[in-house]
Amino acid sequence: MGMSQKNRIVGASVPRKEGIDKLLGRARYVDDIEREGMWHGATVRGSIPRGFIRSIRFDRRTDWSEFTVVTAADIPGKNHIQLIVADQPCLADGVVNHCDEPILLLAHPDKHKLRQAVAGVEIEYEPLPPVFTIEESERQDVVVWGSDNLFKSFLLEKGDVDVGFAAAAHIVESEYRTDAQEHLYIENNGVIAEYDAESGVTVWGSLQCPYYVHRSLVAVFALSEDKVRVIQTETGGAFGGKEDYPSMIASHAALLAMKSGHPVKVVYDRMEDLAATTKRHPSRVRQRTALDREGKLLAMEIDLATDGGAYSTLSSTVLSRATLHAPGPYLCQNVRVRSRSWATNTVPYGAFRGFGAPQACFAIERHMDAIAAQIGMDPVELRRRNFLHDGDTTATEQVMREPVILDRLLDRALAESDFYSKRERFARENAATPIKRGMGIAAFYHGSGFTGSGERYLNSLAGVDVTPEGKVRVLVSSTEFGQGTNTVLTQIAAETLRLHYEDVTMAPPDTGIVPNSGPTVASRTAMVVGRLIERASLQLLEMLRAKAALGNEYSRDEFFAACERYRAGHGEVGSLVRYEAPPGIHWDDQRYRGEAYPAYAWAIHVAQVAVDTVTYSAEVEEFWAVQEAGRIINPVLAGGQVEGGIAQAIGYALYEKVILQNGHMANSQMTNYIMPTAEDVPPIHVFFEEIPFRHGGCGAKGIGELPHDGPAPAILNAIMDATGVSFTRIPLLPEDLFAELAPRPASVSTRPVEETATV
Amino acid sequence: MSADWPAIRFIVNGESRAVRVPAMKRLLDVLREDLRLTGTKEGCGEGECGSCSVRMNGELVNSCLVPVLQAEGAEIETVEGLSSNGALHPLQQAFLECGGAQCGICTPGMLMAATHLLARNPHPSLAEIREGLAGNLCRCTGFIRIFESVIAAAGSTRGHRGPADHAR
Amino acid sequence: MRGNPEAHELLAPGNLAAVLALLAESPGEWTPIAGGTELMVAHAAGRLDAKKLVSLWGIAEMRFTRSEADRFVIGAGATFGDLRAHAELAAELPLIAKAASWIGAIANQNRATIGGNLVNGSPAADSSPAMLAYDTEVELISVRGTRRVAYSAFHTGYKRNVLAPDELMLAIHAPRRFAKHRQYLRKVGPRRAMAIAKVALGATALVENGAVNEIRLGAASLAPFPTRLHKAEAALQGRQVTAETIETACSELLAEARPIDDIRSTAEYRRHVGANLLKEFLLELGREPVP
Ligand SMILES: Cc1cc2nc3c(=O)[nH]c(=O)nc-3n(C[C@@H](O)[C@@H](O)[C@H](O)COP(=O)(O)OP(=O)(O)OC[C@H]3O[C@@H](n4cnc5c(N)ncnc54)[C@H](O)[C@@H]3O)c2cc1C
Ligand code: FES
Ligand code: FES
Repeated sequence: MGMSQKNRIVGASVPRKEGIDKLLGRARYVDDIEREGMWHGATVRGSIPRGFIRSIRFDRRTDWSEFTVVTAADIPGKNHIQLIVADQPCLADGVVNHCDEPILLLAHPDKHKLRQAVAGVEIEYEPLPPVFTIEESERQDVVVWGSDNLFKSFLLEKGDVDVGFAAAAHIVESEYRTDAQEHLYIENNGVIAEYDAESGVTVWGSLQCPYYVHRSLVAVFALSEDKVRVIQTETGGAFGGKEDYPSMIASHAALLAMKSGHPVKVVYDRMEDLAATTKRHPSRVRQRTALDREGKLLAMEIDLATDGGAYSTLSSTVLSRATLHAPGPYLCQNVRVRSRSWATNTVPYGAFRGFGAPQACFAIERHMDAIAAQIGMDPVELRRRNFLHDGDTTATEQVMREPVILDRLLDRALAESDFYSKRERFARENAATPIKRGMGIAAFYHGSGFTGSGERYLNSLAGVDVTPEGKVRVLVSSTEFGQGTNTVLTQIAAETLRLHYEDVTMAPPDTGIVPNSGPTVASRTAMVVGRLIERASLQLLEMLRAKAALGNEYSRDEFFAACERYRAGHGEVGSLVRYEAPPGIHWDDQRYRGEAYPAYAWAIHVAQVAVDTVTYSAEVEEFWAVQEAGRIINPVLAGGQVEGGIAQAIGYALYEKVILQNGHMANSQMTNYIMPTAEDVPPIHVFFEEIPFRHGGCGAKGIGELPHDGPAPAILNAIMDATGVSFTRIPLLPEDLFAELAPRPASVSTRPVEETATV
Repeated sequence: MSADWPAIRFIVNGESRAVRVPAMKRLLDVLREDLRLTGTKEGCGEGECGSCSVRMNGELVNSCLVPVLQAEGAEIETVEGLSSNGALHPLQQAFLECGGAQCGICTPGMLMAATHLLARNPHPSLAEIREGLAGNLCRCTGFIRIFESVIAAAGSTRGHRGPADHAR
Repeated sequence: MRGNPEAHELLAPGNLAAVLALLAESPGEWTPIAGGTELMVAHAAGRLDAKKLVSLWGIAEMRFTRSEADRFVIGAGATFGDLRAHAELAAELPLIAKAASWIGAIANQNRATIGGNLVNGSPAADSSPAMLAYDTEVELISVRGTRRVAYSAFHTGYKRNVLAPDELMLAIHAPRRFAKHRQYLRKVGPRRAMAIAKVALGATALVENGAVNEIRLGAASLAPFPTRLHKAEAALQGRQVTAETIETACSELLAEARPIDDIRSTAEYRRHVGANLLKEFLLELGREPVP
């Protein structure tokens, strides 16, 4: 066996680690699990956007003695979900701040009894005036959170924008908006909890971040850390949607388990999941830009606002990432980004793939095309003239020390998509057909890992060990939910240890077993945690060389023999390492200056669209994505991430609308929250340029979120190319296209009929 | 209590089964709860996602919309019946190699829809694959690698990846 | 799953006579369930009011497609999958097969019946525009016998129809006389599959001696129930298809359409896109060589 070859496993498309279990239908998701004597739980929620709870009454038809009922008064510890700021109650106590706020919990052995019981709880309120939009919130005449409705604000400044504007040949200004987006993981949220006075709380659940849930349970139950155990079950998609809300559900299930004396399962159905759990933050971005005669950026003034919903949850960190991605991949000496996140009376908005970057990227990349149109320049050329290059400084004055190859990515994207000749051809053909075609482009980066000093605060711990049965285990709390954690981390360990892929497994994602390697978010797993696994593996080899006579060249058998020698002499064979920031990383949290991210992934997206002027529907006909995300550990998995992200972002741009009525999601069913189907997703062509990143796991940077950033602006840019109209808001539905594109004959006024068309 | 219900009999993955459950219980719940065949998933309960797809007398159906009494006497096939003696079905093998499964929650239903498609049409075009899988929502893959998996399993040589076939 | 299976009774007598007898015994008490793609959705959402259900699934007397000399007779229990697979029907009355192919996706088409689609009476039902354009009749049955009603007179209001409490829809009669007609069907939904129509138009027209001799326009989601567009039809009947008649017909449609705003779309959009579909059809019709 040739043990010295480079990269036998990293870079190969080995099959997904847990793939066979999934394909045989034997992978166990939370709803597949039953516990002895298990009951089922349900949640009684509010029905008004804001107000005091005046009374809670239980109807007489229900035999309440069969049920366990939990209220805020039953909480032994703190009635707050622990996140950045612990402001969200686990159960509403006297006041509600959004329509779907949990107030009371019920459990019963028969799940079919629960629905009627939920309906049998009558809650009386004294309503308070609600706030539903960024505009209403920033007026501050109704204060619904803190003293000013403001969750967080940032000011990022580079140079002097006034100087830039004074020297401008062109000033271009516009406002961009994005609405909420639902994750629509196909597995709804769910948790099973058990409680035991001796051993404490154990939960199994569909979740991304076991230690987040752990932290909340410790606080809610006022238990010591060793009395709380969180185990992730196979998780059917997450996309950020199972980052913070599982802490809520786990607390609920565990409270019911404590009071009922039974294991309790709380699994949401689709309607409840859609209505009650987090979504992507809506945003409003105002761009004001100064350029010189040649189209070079002189100054960028950006005002960014997000709607954070009723509680602060992750709004501050989402806002931070939005702020740092707002100026786009361009060099500009004078930049000011002012950003704020506002409270409103809707479900709290939370983490969703991209985490603020898609909103910011939509604004800047749409704006680049608006600028190009206004100053009469090719939008591709405008971007090229302003791209960041090696050695340039970003808006936070981070020096680009790693190679930046935007020009190369752009050239490839233009060539692969045949951009110019298609654009010309469509311009010629459009006049004669009811279908108008167009080409659009977006250029962007996505910062990998936590923002600024985030990784240093996380201080992640991860490692590998070797079992007596001769398996290497990866020890992380980083979870698998489809994106490939299991596969990529075991590939990195196998590669570094020079073993077979099959020799390495994942330790169970159980806080009782694995260390806290940080949350599974922020495109950090392959790069940051992967690097920890690489280092832990190297450390293990060093240990085996020093203490168990492992040779420099070794066979697989020699490796495991050395492990057994080590075990005999020194005990357990394992190696843990802590995060170390790459050298030269400095971040000033106060001034928002320095190395915003240890690394950036870069991409160019090209969309070809067709707008049908009979139906006013826009479709993406073909899509090209060219990216540089460091070393690609597993090409099939990475390609799948890119394609999946693009499909989800096509939904964001053209199909998916969260319709809020009185702050409550009115379309909380799959039949009317419209995601793209197999017939709607266009051919997607994915290309990687690889530049290994020295400080990432075997050279990796983040790939998971990047593909969600570009499609929306690329698509709307293509629609502008096709129709000549600069649309500034997503989702862009046929009704919106109709409003702009329809010839306006004297509109016939008729009374709408009273009936509603529900089918 | 359960003894009060008359027995409903059908065949699941080749085995005769009988359950005593309310006639309006969903086939999905009978498979998952009474027969402990949890490979079939629930994603919506409203017929929209296809995670609960099974074959009933050879027809693809969403088991969340079938009252179990309507399955009386039927032959039901679920994901658990696809592989034989531990060997993956060619579709399962193709999904594994091509990256057709990510989080895996849509996969059992997707496999049943693909099985049904190939049973009807052993060499489907890309357009036919898209149509055959349109009732099965996948939020992870963007479907592209699922199409490739089906093409690989079908052993189809009909120029997938060619621009003509890609264009819809 | 918000419904409680124990709260509902379901019987499957297995033949038509037994079902009709049951319905006759206590009219209005039993709700038929065919493919269940409407009723089971309601069940899951906890909105199924019917306490007693009787299954039509698997009743061979209702699931058939028969070709007769002058008509196709389609059993109400035929699924959309059955209709797509019927080569003769698809060739002669292609709008039916086309509509069938748009109902949800395959798994739904294998269960959803045409009878259920029509009786359910959604204004957006996909089979309705084709049924209207083909001038179909529906055959209703009870222990009292059968009767036939023009499909265009079947719906009487939003989710209301002429069925008596003890009656079932037995079949649809579709005349075989559209070979020379120009036929059109287009559904506008929020996406390509698994889509409820925001608006749809089905049309058949016969142009003779340069003039429109016969025309039927059936629309979905332009009124509280599927309906013919009689005013737009009248504007075309006996006329030549010219830019002017197209214009007039479209404004008649705009005037007679009574769509609504709901979470799926807006009334304005529905009305105007409805007119665009009509225009698209008429432009095609105008191009037709006069025989
Ligand atoms: C996921 C999904 C997607 C869908 N997509 C579409 C779509 O694209 N287009 C569309 O038009 N529809 C769509 N539908 C609805 C469509 O499936 C139904 O309208 C279907 O045709 C109803 O038939 P069924 O046999 O399933 O009806 P059931 O649910 O069994 O019954 C529906 C109603 O009809 C009554 N009924 C049924 N048969 C008879 C009979 N013979 N005589 C008297 N009464 C009867 C029942 O009592 C009930 O009131 C969709 C449904 C789902 C779940
Ligand atoms: S659970 Fe049956 S289709 Fe979604
Ligand atoms: S693999 Fe996750 S939904 Fe399809």
